[in-house]
Amino acid sequence: MNKKKEPLLYAQGLKKTYTTGTVKTEVLKGADVEIHAGEFVTIMGHSGSGKSTLMHILGFLDAPDEGKYVFEGKDTSKFDDDQLAEIRNKKIGFVFQSFNLLPRTSALDNVRLPMIYAGVPEKEQIIKATKALESVGLGHRLNNLSNELSGGEQQRVAVARALVNNPSLILADEPTGNLDSASTKEMMKVFDELNKKGHTLVIVTHEDNVASHAHRTIEIHDGVCKRS
Amino acid sequence: MNIFLTIKLAIRGLLVNKMRAALTLLGIIIGVSGIIIIVSVGGGAQSLILNQVKSVGTNLIAILPGGGDEGEPPAAMFGIVVTTLKSEDILALKDIPHVQAVSGYNNTVDKILYENRKTETTINGVFSEYPVVEDVIIENGRFFNNSEEASLAKVVVLGHEIKKTLFGETNPIGEKVKIKNHSFNVIGYFNERGATGFSNSDNEIYIPNNTMRKLILGVNHIAMGRVKIDEAENVAQALESIKITLRARHGIGPGEDNDFTAQSQAQGLEIITNITGSITLFLTAIAAIALIVGGIGIMNVMYISVTERTREIGLRKALGAQRKDILNQFLIEAVAITGLGGLIGILIGIVISLLVALVIQSLGYSWDFIVNLQAIVVAAGVIGAIGIIFGYYPAKAASQKRAIEALRYE
Repeated sequence: MNKKKEPLLYAQGLKKTYTTGTVKTEVLKGADVEIHAGEFVTIMGHSGSGKSTLMHILGFLDAPDEGKYVFEGKDTSKFDDDQLAEIRNKKIGFVFQSFNLLPRTSALDNVRLPMIYAGVPEKEQIIKATKALESVGLGHRLNNLSNELSGGEQQRVAVARALVNNPSLILADEPTGNLDSASTKEMMKVFDELNKKGHTLVIVTHEDNVASHAHRTIEIHDGVCKRS
Repeated sequence: MNIFLTIKLAIRGLLVNKMRAALTLLGIIIGVSGIIIIVSVGGGAQSLILNQVKSVGTNLIAILPGGGDEGEPPAAMFGIVVTTLKSEDILALKDIPHVQAVSGYNNTVDKILYENRKTETTINGVFSEYPVVEDVIIENGRFFNNSEEASLAKVVVLGHEIKKTLFGETNPIGEKVKIKNHSFNVIGYFNERGATGFSNSDNEIYIPNNTMRKLILGVNHIAMGRVKIDEAENVAQALESIKITLRARHGIGPGEDNDFTAQSQAQGLEIITNITGSITLFLTAIAAIALIVGGIGIMNVMYISVTERTREIGLRKALGAQRKDILNQFLIEAVAITGLGGLIGILIGIVISLLVALVIQSLGYSWDFIVNLQAIVVAAGVIGAIGIIFGYYPAKAASQKRAIEALRYE
């Protein structure tokens, strides 16, 4: 890893507090992260350690209360809602633990969704979505509705959707959390291949066998990051 | 993102959950069509009453027993029997200038039999001048005369339809029919008159008033009288003379109230309009309640079905949808579903109102098919606006949340 090169993203002193009723929970207490293009990083920690929150902030789904977050050399703290939507659309690909596919919608249409918001012409959408689904081994499932697919297949649709806009960063939050061991293995194979093709991957997990695929693990403990 | 893509997204959004879209649609259809039907049926019922009154003719004066203030309905209208009006009272009115013809009325409902056929009908006991008073034409045979009336003759004149019911195409004149165990001679039947209001005089029969009162009813009083005036402009003058004559005959002193009510058709119309006006008010209130209930229903359906999709909105945001993309999609969804529902609702409302009118008209009543444009505009407008607001507002609230909050929404 060439540490002298400008990182894809870096964050310093990220703080985040959640308020539920009158109870305030400080989830992040000054987390620092740096991720370079082409890396395969896992974020590990106990439940409640703030690893998901960190990932949501890195993926612009959530905003920190305090701290600096620079993505591709730009300070993102002043970005408005539309700019954030554009970054999420073009630069980030998400894979969620609960898959989050549109129900009763075909695999192809699910994968097309980010391209619809990116304004990709319809013909191109179909070609790219088909290719993305083929690359995760679902070329035979294009027109199946999301609820007709197995968990492993649904998650691979989600991966195809995450990579279809060719983002700079793919974020996965416990992507194997709802999968059996066979599907987990296949899923990790998909992630390994994506990384080999040059995609930057950040995976939140608490499973060691998932972490073993990564180049590097960021351990988060009590809202603060430790680099291993 | 351009508008066509958003429309596509919205249509896809609706089609994804067909049941949800169908139920929302149904709610709007019922809300809109219900109000249109209520208002239309109300208007039809009003027309039924008004047509009844109008059909009698404009240069008629009605005389009812029992007093009443001017402009108020007389006691007889509420079913109270007053026995102060006599046959002689009505006959005495013939001497008043401009009076063309007079008739007293008593009626009852009973069976009429011919051989083995029988039917239930309204039996009217009227004076010999009845055809002149009501402008009816005898199609065949004749009406009864004064001497038949005086002698309690058992003769009957049939309405056009009841003649067909009992005799078909054969000539009924000279045949005998049975009413209340009395044998009546059929002496004629009327032309087709058409239904008026609640009654269909084509389906009724007419016998001399004396025969009616003495043989059938066993009463001495007249239930109602009608006086035909030669020209409409003489009605007011004749009405005053009628009142003076009747007061004199009943020995009513100066300052005392009438024991009868004499009203021109125009006055009667005014009273009925007042009554039906309150019916209209009542129906408007019902329609307003229906509108509120329907509106709240749509509010719920839209609010819940959009709120339920908060996670979907979160997902769309996570995948790069901008706020306006989401707002446009949900706005178009709401407009499409309320627009479609409103249109179908208007159509169904009109069709059902029309069917109601046709069915009632086919039963022989003069029921007007009324489509109230105002009701359509208000019903579709209010329900449409509620649908759009409550489809749009929760989507707006959801789109303003952070993506992760919307995505985690339970």
